[in-house]
Amino acid sequence: MTNIESVKNKISSGASIRSITERTLESATKLNDKLNTFLQIDNEGALKRADELDSSNTGEEQTLRGVSIAIKDNICVKGLQASCGSKILGKYHPPYNATAIEKLKNAGGIFIGKTNCDEFAMGSSNENSAFGIVRNPWDTERVPGGSSGGSAVAVASGVVPVSLGSETGGSVRQPASLCGIAGLKPTYGRISRYGLVAFASSLDQISIFGSNSRDIAAVLKVIAGRDPRDATTADVPVPDYISEMNGDIKGMKIGVPRELFGNGLDEEVKGSVERAIENYRDLGADIVDVELPHSKYCIAVYYIIATAEASSNLARFDGVRYGYRTPQAKDLRETYRVTRDEGFGAEVKRRIMLGTYVLSSGYYDAYYLKAQKVRALIKRDFERAFTICDAIITPTSPTTAFKIGDKVDDPLAMYLSDIYTCTANLAGIPGISVPCGLSSEGLPIGLQLVGKNWSENTLLKLGDAYEREFPLNEKPKVFVD
Amino acid sequence: MPITEKEVAHIAKLAHLEITEEELKSFTPQMAQIVSYVEQLNSLDTSDVEPALGGLTPEGEATDSARDDLEHESLGQASALDQAPDPNSGHFRVPKVL
Repeated sequence: MTNIESVKNKISSGASIRSITERTLESATKLNDKLNTFLQIDNEGALKRADELDSSNTGEEQTLRGVSIAIKDNICVKGLQASCGSKILGKYHPPYNATAIEKLKNAGGIFIGKTNCDEFAMGSSNENSAFGIVRNPWDTERVPGGSSGGSAVAVASGVVPVSLGSETGGSVRQPASLCGIAGLKPTYGRISRYGLVAFASSLDQISIFGSNSRDIAAVLKVIAGRDPRDATTADVPVPDYISEMNGDIKGMKIGVPRELFGNGLDEEVKGSVERAIENYRDLGADIVDVELPHSKYCIAVYYIIATAEASSNLARFDGVRYGYRTPQAKDLRETYRVTRDEGFGAEVKRRIMLGTYVLSSGYYDAYYLKAQKVRALIKRDFERAFTICDAIITPTSPTTAFKIGDKVDDPLAMYLSDIYTCTANLAGIPGISVPCGLSSEGLPIGLQLVGKNWSENTLLKLGDAYEREFPLNEKPKVFVD
Repeated sequence: MPITEKEVAHIAKLAHLEITEEELKSFTPQMAQIVSYVEQLNSLDTSDVEPALGGLTPEGEATDSARDDLEHESLGQASALDQAPDPNSGHFRVPKVL
């Protein structure tokens, strides 16, 4: 039984949604001192909603009725804060719900709080939040990954069955891998970005954490779909993901890009993912070789495109309409400059400046246009590979969870954490990370599968098949009682 | 070509960021290192490649995103000003422009 199924089982056996929600809120609060997962826990609102659900009979199938969900603090939930991990927003309260939130609410989900994250989703370790680091429940001296560290930990520490994060370069798959849970980034345009605070508009996607693929599938079914309020969503039918997840993957073809299993990859991570490939072979999948010759340029491409788009999207934080305004400034221009310098952290400023640089006069062709051309080459590599396989497997992260402070002084080293994940964001294709073992230090390792556009059903089916035969049964040191 | 402190100061001005002297000193080598890293893309021949702008899939491009020109409820002035640092008379008040 998955965690969502277990909640539904309790409810149909007579437990009140209120009692379940109370326990969840208690766990969230209790673990927060140690892990700093949540920036806001909404006791009042969550219990009010639980009571509403307990006393209502909608007559309509609410597939997530009574399920507690944690939401990354860059996704708008009306009535709760949206700090984006930044002082420049702080306790800002959005006046509207993201589309994904509306849909989860209508499906009976309960939002118990907003989770900590790297500032404006910029980071791979959750060390860039203005409100403190998040700790990995497997070893609290280590990072959970980022930028959606809080949402990963909310699931990994057993507080909630599912949570929402967001991805621009791997910010759900990478922390899922470091925290021993599953994480899915959908195809670009699968889930509406309305209500997700924009970082890089051609890359951003709301993404989902769960302890397993089935629970992720349950959430994806609810929030996927065209949204008139996000012109980049696509009119593509949403399959019944769970009905396809029957564990039978015989004959499915999994591609292995051997050239990506070399430099910079930790030996134990390599060994674990190679064993996982053999496990897939035992389950009946065909393993084929594929080539992705341009994937090694993905970090260079990403840090031009994402920073360029960020420099534009973050121009709106200027102290005029919402959030922080510096008390010091004498005129409007100074207000902008000082508010932004005081309100943004170092990594955000670095990226805004990089983006401004690559878009500035004289440099646009050399950097931004060039990067978009290499992006086209990366896409083309995947299109070719998917003519001979259904999914491609790699490690999710080149390492297990690193120690807090290890990479903060070396931005480039930190950026290389996304070397396996950011290709999917650049190509727009979906990707999933699923736990495949622990290192000799007891730290989780994740395998990553990516597929062609709209193949979330394939990825979830493959993830589920692995979890059925090779589940990760160990629990982290910090976990709910 | 490594980025200089002068260039970083200019970029900060363009980006409306009042960075301190200390920040200038620490950001410059970091940015130089990153820019040097991304310049590896110059080794690739992309002369006959169309840039992949915008991120849309073919199905995304094919989706009609126009809506009918019909009136509907907007946010409303009260809601829009609710979180403003200095709302006044239905406006966002700011320090003088000139």
